[in-house]
Amino acid sequence: MVKVSEKKKSVKKSSEEEEEEVRYGEEEEEDGELRGEGDEEEGDEEEEEDERKRQKLLDAIGSLGGRRKRRKRSQAERSEAAALMSEFTVNAEGGGDKVQLSDLIGTADRVPAKTRKQLENLQRVRKSIQSPLSRRESDRIQRDVAFQKAASEVSRWKEVIRQNQRAEQLVFPLHQDPPGPGPGPVERLVSGWRARTPLEEEVFALLSANKQPIHDPVLTPREEASVRAMSLEEAKVRRAELQKARALQSYYEARARRERKIKSKKYHRVQNKAKRKEFLKKFEEMVEADPAGALEELHRMEVARMKERMSLKHQNSGKWAKSKAIMAKYDEGARRAMQQQLEVNKELTQKVVTSLNEEEEEEEEEVLPGFVNDAERGVDSSNPWMRGKLSEERKEAEEEEEEVMETVDLTVEEEEEEEEEEVKETEEEVLLREFDSRRKLRQAEEERAASDREEEEEEEEERAASDREEEEEEEEKAASDREEEELSEFTTLFRGISDAEKVATDSAAPLQEGLIRIRTLEDVDLLSQEAPDDEAPPLPPPPPLPQPSAAVNPPPPATEKTGKPKKRKRGIELKQVLTKDTKAIKVPLAPTVEDGEEDGEEDGEEDEEQRGLIREAFAGDDVVSDFLKDKRKQEDSGKPAVVDLTLPGWGEWGGTGLKPSRGKRRRFRVKAAPPPPRKDQHLPSVIISEKRNSAISGHQVNSLPFPFANPAQFESAVRTPLGRTWNTERTVKKVVKPRVVTRMGAIIEPMQREELMKDRKRAGGKTTLDSLTKKH
Amino acid sequence: MQRGPSESLLHQHMASVLSSLSVCPLSLCRIMKVKVLSRNPDDYVRETKLDIQRVPRNYDPTLHPFEVSREYTRALNATKLDRVFAKPFLASLDGHRDGVNCMAKHTTSLSTLLSGSCDGEVRVWNLSKRECGRTLQAHEGFVRGMVVRFCGTSFFTVGDDKTIKQWKMETPGYGEEEEPLNTILGKTVFTGLDHHRKDAVFATCGQQVDIWDEQRSSPIRSFTWGVDSFSSVSFNPVETELLASCASDRSIVLYDMRESAPLKKVIMTMRSNTLCWNPMEAYYFTSSNEDYNLYTYDMRYLDRPITVHMDHVSAVLDVDYSPTGKEFVSASFDKTVRIFPKDGGHSREVYHTKRMQHVICVKWSADNKYILSGSDEMNIRLWKANASEKLGVLAPRERESRNYSQKLKEKFQHHPQIRRITHHRHLPKNVYHQSKELRIMKEARRRKYANVRKHSKPGTVPVVSEKAKHVVTVVK
Repeated sequence: MVKVSEKKKSVKKSSEEEEEEVRYGEEEEEDGELRGEGDEEEGDEEEEEDERKRQKLLDAIGSLGGRRKRRKRSQAERSEAAALMSEFTVNAEGGGDKVQLSDLIGTADRVPAKTRKQLENLQRVRKSIQSPLSRRESDRIQRDVAFQKAASEVSRWKEVIRQNQRAEQLVFPLHQDPPGPGPGPVERLVSGWRARTPLEEEVFALLSANKQPIHDPVLTPREEASVRAMSLEEAKVRRAELQKARALQSYYEARARRERKIKSKKYHRVQNKAKRKEFLKKFEEMVEADPAGALEELHRMEVARMKERMSLKHQNSGKWAKSKAIMAKYDEGARRAMQQQLEVNKELTQKVVTSLNEEEEEEEEEVLPGFVNDAERGVDSSNPWMRGKLSEERKEAEEEEEEVMETVDLTVEEEEEEEEEEVKETEEEVLLREFDSRRKLRQAEEERAASDREEEEEEEEERAASDREEEEEEEEKAASDREEEELSEFTTLFRGISDAEKVATDSAAPLQEGLIRIRTLEDVDLLSQEAPDDEAPPLPPPPPLPQPSAAVNPPPPATEKTGKPKKRKRGIELKQVLTKDTKAIKVPLAPTVEDGEEDGEEDGEEDEEQRGLIREAFAGDDVVSDFLKDKRKQEDSGKPAVVDLTLPGWGEWGGTGLKPSRGKRRRFRVKAAPPPPRKDQHLPSVIISEKRNSAISGHQVNSLPFPFANPAQFESAVRTPLGRTWNTERTVKKVVKPRVVTRMGAIIEPMQREELMKDRKRAGGKTTLDSLTKKH
Repeated sequence: MQRGPSESLLHQHMASVLSSLSVCPLSLCRIMKVKVLSRNPDDYVRETKLDIQRVPRNYDPTLHPFEVSREYTRALNATKLDRVFAKPFLASLDGHRDGVNCMAKHTTSLSTLLSGSCDGEVRVWNLSKRECGRTLQAHEGFVRGMVVRFCGTSFFTVGDDKTIKQWKMETPGYGEEEEPLNTILGKTVFTGLDHHRKDAVFATCGQQVDIWDEQRSSPIRSFTWGVDSFSSVSFNPVETELLASCASDRSIVLYDMRESAPLKKVIMTMRSNTLCWNPMEAYYFTSSNEDYNLYTYDMRYLDRPITVHMDHVSAVLDVDYSPTGKEFVSASFDKTVRIFPKDGGHSREVYHTKRMQHVICVKWSADNKYILSGSDEMNIRLWKANASEKLGVLAPRERESRNYSQKLKEKFQHHPQIRRITHHRHLPKNVYHQSKELRIMKEARRRKYANVRKHSKPGTVPVVSEKAKHVVTVVK
């Protein structure tokens, strides 16, 4: 069948030369496949025959194609391995000569001129494009780039991480929710719940039948109101209102300021006139409508008048008045103005019969300028200290008032002024009180000074004493401060170092795992007794610390006494030296017992009694000789013993009752070399033991622990006490602060991106500052 | 001041009484001589109860001698008590009928724990009641991985039956079927699972690492890199787009969800089982390895680990960081759970019980207080993260004294007695002997290498640090 179809097709192909080649290729492939299938079924011989026939056919077809085709066919044939053969049946015959662009363009007739030009330009560029990388390579580069990106992204956290590692205290969770109402009222949760089981449904049916509330009002009405009051929308509205009010206020203020700045006198005059008119109109209306208010207003006017009267405004003493007085000779207008002014003055200075309380003051207040008026102006005239007010203040206040008067005589503004004054007065009162107290003090001192010099001297002494006390206090404070500083310094140092590399410490101190369980305190004690010696330490013991470590290491429990070997020097007679009494160490005691007025005699008696008692109790003790004995014992134990190697019976008779001869004994006695001189040889009251005390050594650190650079550092670290016995409350709190604090029952979320933002903000602030400083 | 006047009154009163009784004046004199302690209450009574207690105290150091020895004794006592009160085991949750293969922490509830076992069963536990609240047959075969969605309303499981299932966290109501919200049938077995911390995206691993959108049934991205088997995958909780996985060719591979190709991988001497990112420090992660060690890496420098954590005596199977990022807990085939400081080479704590078998999974609770371990013998165990910590609310004074003793222990930690007591741990016999054996082997190897080095031409045998030993190569 295959062959038949091929033949048929070959006929067709002969008619259409152009398409033939392509189709032929297809046929060949198809054929190959089919042949492959056939292989399995048929024998080899058949296959050979088929092959031959096929070849013939192919040749025949090839000959049909004419000369051009034949050549092509022959090109596709592969006779031998060629390096330049490509997989697409294109061989590189004539590979040496390149295809020029002009060749390609030449064939195409209708290439627009523009394109042609472009192509020619391209041709001129003598750069060859690199062949694309292999997939492996390109993938690798892609990965590398992506990794770099990710790494740089992650590195942003560096600063945050470092800060957290250095932080003295970290409180988790890092994001603490602000305390307040929860996600919502419980009702919401309740309403989301449905009855599911038959029992529940039954219960609910029963409830609804009896018209019982299914959902209890969880919130009381008041709570609800408060919740509603705090609703966001309302808050927003309220805020907007406030904002508007503030804006309006500032607008009016600005306007008032502007108007005030206007220098035109005419403008102000007109304004004032208008205001006055308006005010009068209002006042008249008020008289009819609200007599009480009108009365008040009247009173206020009266006060304003009084104030005006107190000022020097219309006394013709001002600059303006003086100039007018000069001009008055020649100028009619000026004269009139002066007249007017004088009238006003008269009007103002007229005595008015009032119902006010301060009649006397009024009387005094004729035309007295300046100081007197001002001093008495205060409300609280009964207070004599009011008179002591500073004149500068007065002037200022007055000036203000003057200004007010200038602008408006009797206006609403005055009210405001008054209010201001009241406020000022309260401030003044405070000031006055201070002055008062100071003055009293001064007076008292003066009195004292006047009275006696002796007293003064005493005072001086007292003062000196108090000074001394103060100094002492200061010193104490300073000392405690210093202490705190040292402590904090140490802790920070310690932290810094320990932060730096905990790895080393950890590797130095792995868990000591054993088969013993600790259940009770006794077990723990056993553990410490058995000591680290029994198990080989994980690391070879580092060289022992230099000498000072002894000071650092805590002395063993108080019962253990330091060792005491001893040796005595002939040159010093200890007994003679130690005949003196031991020095009594004076320990300052907190005065816990308050002595009454008892006299010293009784105390003395009691003391003697007590001393007698003590003497009686310790009658048998001779401390000094005991000490000497001790020392001698130590010395003796330190001396090497004489070894007697005498053997009885050798070289002479032996037996019971017979001793080796003296000569023999002398001969066989071995004397050891004398020990090196003792350190306490010349120190009569000291026993220095040079033996290693194993009881202590168990508690001593025998190598410098990791974070410390030198023994002194470590010693100072250990020497600084932490407890509240030695430190103030605040210091203790600071020192014992735990490094990590967690809140009970709080989920600690992983680090959030916001932390980074926070950090960046901080850093950003800093950098901007830095840049600013750099610029300047 | 209060007492002073009253006393004088008393004296007067006594005097009047005695005089009225006409007692001999001599005896009166004797009676009158009474010495009384009198203090001003202002010195020791605090004004409100919110003030700190006023303790009149003279801080003169001469009055308080022997500070070092006294504090040393206190530190020693604190250390001893610490060990005596070290009772870390709290509860055992039993109910599974096969080994516990995976666990998942609830993201929003502290008292909820999910566990999946080797028979495909998933259980939801209430930790405060210590009982199982819900049981569901999630898969056929192992439950390989489990993760709770960030919102806490649903969770995902993967199993040996080549499926990913999403389940509701809520217990189905009465009469409702226990059915997954969503099931995705994959082509291959999934071995691990992790969920993105903020988006509706999760990652699985198996023959390749897949990134899935929750709304789609086919992965939105697949990563392969010449490996055909991954054991675990985990998202970075801080830089949420990064993830890492452990592969069977002994490698740890890093990915970025947004990229089309993996980022980098490091091949080690032995296979890593699981890996956990530090939740507070974006670029650190720790992997648990088959060679008994854990390795903490900085993801930017994979050519050598930052720290090698040694102490286990068998393969380490799981690791989880504490939420504070300061420590992590590891579970091992040697039947122990150990707690390591994040930068410490050795563990600070080892937990074991007689009946606990190979520990397969371990979690550190989100409030930093508890540790949960799931093991072969079907139990989940609840431990305290700090063995001797007192649970519950502490009174302020209690808390302060605890802080103080903690600082004391820290201060005297280098003193041999204290170190000995703090570091002593009881170990099961076999673990103890094996660790001893390992120590000997390690020492022998070290010695041998030193000898080789000594007897070869200088410079030919380099010193290889412990950290560098375990990394074979970094592939870009």
